Amino acid sequence: MTELPGDLKYTNDHEWIRREDDGSVTVGITDHAQAALGDLVYVELPEIDQEVDAGGDMAVVESVKAASDVYAPIGGTVVAVNEELADDPERINSDPYGEGWIVRLKPSGDDGELMSPDEYQALLDELDS
Amino acid sequence: MPFIPHTDKDTAEMLEAIGADSIDDLFDEIPEHLKIDALHAIPEAMTELQVTRLMHERARMDGTPLCFIGAGAYEHHIPAAVWEITTRGEFYSAYTPYQAEASQGTLQTIYEYQTMITGLTGLDVSNASLYDGASGLAEAALMAVRSNRKVKSRQVLLAPGVNPVYQKVATAIAGSQGLTFDYLPMDAGRGTLDFDALDDKAAPVAVVIQQPTFVGTLEEVDRLVDWAHERKALVIAIANPTSLALLKAPGHWGAEGADICIGEGQPLGVPLSSGGPYFGFMTCKQAYVRQMPGRIVGRTTDLDGEKGYTLTLQAREQHIRRTKATSNICTNQGLMVTAATIYMSLLGYDGLRRVAAESLANTQKLVDGLLSIPGVEKGFSTPHFHEAAVRLDRPLAEVLDALASRGILGGYDLSPIYPMLGNTLLVCATETKTEADLNTYIDAMRDVLRRSNTRSA
Repeated sequence: MTELPGDLKYTNDHEWIRREDDGSVTVGITDHAQAALGDLVYVELPEIDQEVDAGGDMAVVESVKAASDVYAPIGGTVVAVNEELADDPERINSDPYGEGWIVRLKPSGDDGELMSPDEYQALLDELDS
Repeated sequence: MPFIPHTDKDTAEMLEAIGADSIDDLFDEIPEHLKIDALHAIPEAMTELQVTRLMHERARMDGTPLCFIGAGAYEHHIPAAVWEITTRGEFYSAYTPYQAEASQGTLQTIYEYQTMITGLTGLDVSNASLYDGASGLAEAALMAVRSNRKVKSRQVLLAPGVNPVYQKVATAIAGSQGLTFDYLPMDAGRGTLDFDALDDKAAPVAVVIQQPTFVGTLEEVDRLVDWAHERKALVIAIANPTSLALLKAPGHWGAEGADICIGEGQPLGVPLSSGGPYFGFMTCKQAYVRQMPGRIVGRTTDLDGEKGYTLTLQAREQHIRRTKATSNICTNQGLMVTAATIYMSLLGYDGLRRVAAESLANTQKLVDGLLSIPGVEKGFSTPHFHEAAVRLDRPLAEVLDALASRGILGGYDLSPIYPMLGNTLLVCATETKTEADLNTYIDAMRDVLRRSNTRSA
């Protein structure tokens, strides 16, 4: 059973976003995604001020068995990246919704398709069946 | 003999499964006018006997001339043991050792190779080789663009001594991805970079420095590396591996060292063979390893605590990352690398240094001899390694033809590529040349120039 915090939105690509009080949006990958990837060994982060389109490549997470792109769930400008991941990528495995956050974006208004926790749970159930 | 394993029945079943009527249907998106029905310029098939005979006849046409041409590929003595060992069954399959449990010997060979190449170039990590030196430049430039995100430009600046063929190959491979490979100005008297003509506003993503230069000279690498790093450009070194036994390793150039080093591995035990197969080597600083193309072998410890070898950092590669791999050119000339590893093992550091020192001494003797001939002058005022330029007082084509008719390949004519240098000839004498060989060439040159003087008088 994978954990799904109720205050987040989710994507088809197994990412989550959280709208922060200052208007920015924090992005990470879901508990399901980190479990499927296995132990992470490296995270390639974007540059600050880089502009991303909804659905565009933004970062790469690499585990011992695969490397996957992290897509921008919404369009925006990168305002912060989780520098701690450079030395400790396994934070994504241990705390995917907290210390394992990846990027913070300033939204441009280009919103991709987002799911509620229930909708994402339905997607996971479908994948399981 | 059929080389395709599918029977007609297999083919029919597969077509049925995908709902196609014929194999031709699979190519129907290619316009008719682009298709050809047969290869018309290809001669009739020959038997093995006929092919063998033809190849022997062609080989005889080459003769066995004395070769004084370098220009990127170098004739060196290859100890008999190198290819005797390389062609043993255990080594002869160069297939990539994906299956670590069945490939410890091959993996260890590659690991030893990587250790030797990092030692020679003074950098942290080596990949398990590339196709050749020229394509290595394209790979290094693409790697620099991926690694150097501080600079948005896709301009790669080349020191004037970068092999012009490398520039062409790199442009052919990486040009369509927006990379440009532009030369910095040459000081024609020195045969090296003209520092006074450098543009202070230049902001390239990478600067490429070849040492020794294509025209045989030695570049002021420390100064140029620092100039590049001040501009936040990465430095790509192109090195001749033999020269590294005498010259400063690229990893130690300037204040911070070159970031990536590539080069042609042919001088390390691979015969000239009319141009290939050769292999390319590549090393880099640890910080850039995840952008490095090609395979990397690592040493690890197995479940029983024993030393073991395995491919590592494979998430960069195309069998994992597909189109986003660091490279989609897989050919790495593993067999040539095996030969190079055995060559370096047999020679050791001291042996390689003797090869380099002897080659340098022979080239110096050759140049001194040629300079004693009226009509021959020094090409450049700067020092050289085992290749050097001399300038003649007349066009080179005729002189080289006359030497060739005496069984001497007299050097590489630089004038078509560098018209501003005049009739400049690049000569190379490696350790393979004896005192008698050098004198044969010097005497022949003296005679050829004297006769052509008499004719024109």
